[in-house]
Amino acid sequence: MRTDEPILRIEDLAVYFKTIDGDAKVLDGVDISIHKGEVVALVGETGCGKSVTGKTILGSLPIPPAKIVRGRCFFKGKDLLSLDKDERREIISNNISYVPQDPMTSLNPVFTIGEQMLALIRWHGKKRAGLRAFLGRYNKRDDSWGKAIELLNKVKIPSPEMILNRYPVELSGGMRQRVLIAMSLIGNPSLLIADEPTTALDVTIQKGIIELIKEKVEEENLSVLYITHNLGVARKLSDRIYVMYAGNIVETAKTSELLDSPLHPYTQGLIKSIPKLTGEEFRGIDGRIPDYIYPPSGCRFHPRCDRAIEKCSMEKPKLLRIKDSHSVACHIYSYKEVTSVIDERSDITG
Amino acid sequence: MSLYFTLRRISHMVLVLLGISILIFFLARILPGDPARLTLGPEATKEQVQNLRHQLGLDKPIYIQYYMFLKDLMRGKLGVSLITKRDVSKDLLQRFPATLELVCFAMTLAIIIGIPLGVESALHKDKFIDYFSRIFAFTGVSMPRFWLGIMLQLIFAYVLSLFPLTGRISGMPPRHITGLYILDSILTGNGRAFVDSLSHIILPATTLSLSPLAQITRLIRANMIEQLRKDYTIVSRIGGMPENLNIYKFMLKNAFMSTLTIIGLLFGWMLGNAFLVETVFSWPGIARYGVNSVLRKDFNAVIGVTLLVGFGYITVNFIVDLLYRYLDPRIRLRK
Repeated sequence: MRTDEPILRIEDLAVYFKTIDGDAKVLDGVDISIHKGEVVALVGETGCGKSVTGKTILGSLPIPPAKIVRGRCFFKGKDLLSLDKDERREIISNNISYVPQDPMTSLNPVFTIGEQMLALIRWHGKKRAGLRAFLGRYNKRDDSWGKAIELLNKVKIPSPEMILNRYPVELSGGMRQRVLIAMSLIGNPSLLIADEPTTALDVTIQKGIIELIKEKVEEENLSVLYITHNLGVARKLSDRIYVMYAGNIVETAKTSELLDSPLHPYTQGLIKSIPKLTGEEFRGIDGRIPDYIYPPSGCRFHPRCDRAIEKCSMEKPKLLRIKDSHSVACHIYSYKEVTSVIDERSDITG
Repeated sequence: MSLYFTLRRISHMVLVLLGISILIFFLARILPGDPARLTLGPEATKEQVQNLRHQLGLDKPIYIQYYMFLKDLMRGKLGVSLITKRDVSKDLLQRFPATLELVCFAMTLAIIIGIPLGVESALHKDKFIDYFSRIFAFTGVSMPRFWLGIMLQLIFAYVLSLFPLTGRISGMPPRHITGLYILDSILTGNGRAFVDSLSHIILPATTLSLSPLAQITRLIRANMIEQLRKDYTIVSRIGGMPENLNIYKFMLKNAFMSTLTIIGLLFGWMLGNAFLVETVFSWPGIARYGVNSVLRKDFNAVIGVTLLVGFGYITVNFIVDLLYRYLDPRIRLRK
């Protein structure tokens, strides 16, 4: 574990959603930290609260119905959640950027790519735009035009000049995602939050986008929170993985360590459920993600866990460090010495 | 492509107008009562009535009458009005600018007040301004036009004496260019006529615009609330787009799109409802002329007014269609 202050540190974050039947306790004490230059993947099933975590950091949660019950979110030492709206917006727009999940709905359909990019380049981070922003079109003599071309070249879009005059409807999904990645680089961010940016794309295009993100991360020295349900993508991109289950972080470790020797029964199940081409028997995890309004007592995973002990339904396990940078929240490890943990591990992988 | 579209739409418009003309022509003939008798009065002899019927062509079979009507129409004639004894097309030409001015002014009011009100209402959902605009919209839609007109006259013209009670202008009208007094006085630089005609139009236009204003406000509000949840709104907000630019340019263009259709339809609504307003404010427009002709069975005038209103309605919707294509690339680019 590094000793320097992480660029992003989330502590004990709890976010509830108001519903007619009661509060849905979606995030229930989440801790995540990201160091400078580190690519962190947040992995979990659909509906486990990954995107809510991202949205909370970006300040784009719909409040209400959402409410932040407790927790802090330090970015470069400042708690984003305790700042007022304008201050938070300023910090986010100048430091944190976002690549959305669905490129088909994330570009404004009635403006050209140029109009959208140039407005963002020209007025980025300003409190109010001048009258000029509303009138007329942009021309090629503008500085922002050059900057837009430069950004589109960075994301390897062929003939960027032509793309700037196109409407989103004229571009393919992969092209739109490239444009969105280019737009996310406008403010020279230090942290990038990507919310399943390849989920809506064809598998063949996914690969290109993942490689592009990887390349940009290295070029721009970005720290990344990469939200995905796909462990394969996480393995390719990330330095470290957080595994989330029903609004709790259940395990975190260096990517290779987590994949080679997972400790939490949920992580083990998740890895086993990746379909393999070698003809091994395909296994999933029984059951579904639990109800958030009346979540299971104790460990939220215990009703689905085949190794649950009595304590699991009574007390919520804390995230304990087992080894350097490998932590797990599970009662079966809290009794045992580290050595026996390693025995346990050889059990599983053997 | 665009030229082809325009030509196709224009040919549609001609067909629709032809349909309207057939419908109104036969309806006007079927209406009970003899126009010749009504014109000449109970004192006239049978021969006199018969003569007038012959003169008007009313003794011929109805399809021949329609054929003759079409032939006249091609030459820009709509037949003689039985009330004014002039060609109906002349009467209409004289009165139409008054109605056009009233409707356009009212629509402008409705749009420039309705849109910001709807936007602010959406941004401050369930806050004071939202409640205010919703109550205002509800009142606007449900208030009877003629009653509102009389109330405005009572308060602003009679008690406060801020605006004139009736009419279109008190002094000399500006030199005739378009027939729209406000536009003409601007074009000729006639300040006195400008103030004069502006002070006359405010009360009737307000009366006419209140309901469309309310509908535009509500639509914009609903569409903007939807826009606030769109992915592209969230993405550009996180990206640091200034709020005013994001709202009044990038979101509003989307929100305005579906409101545009309603604005086209509201134009037609206004032409119909102008009658009440024109009557209350003695506004010399075609709506009042049309109603008088119906009551007096002045069939040529009835047909003329109906065709003109129909033409106006079709033209506005044609313009709306063109605007749609201009505003929305998804429609423009579809082959």
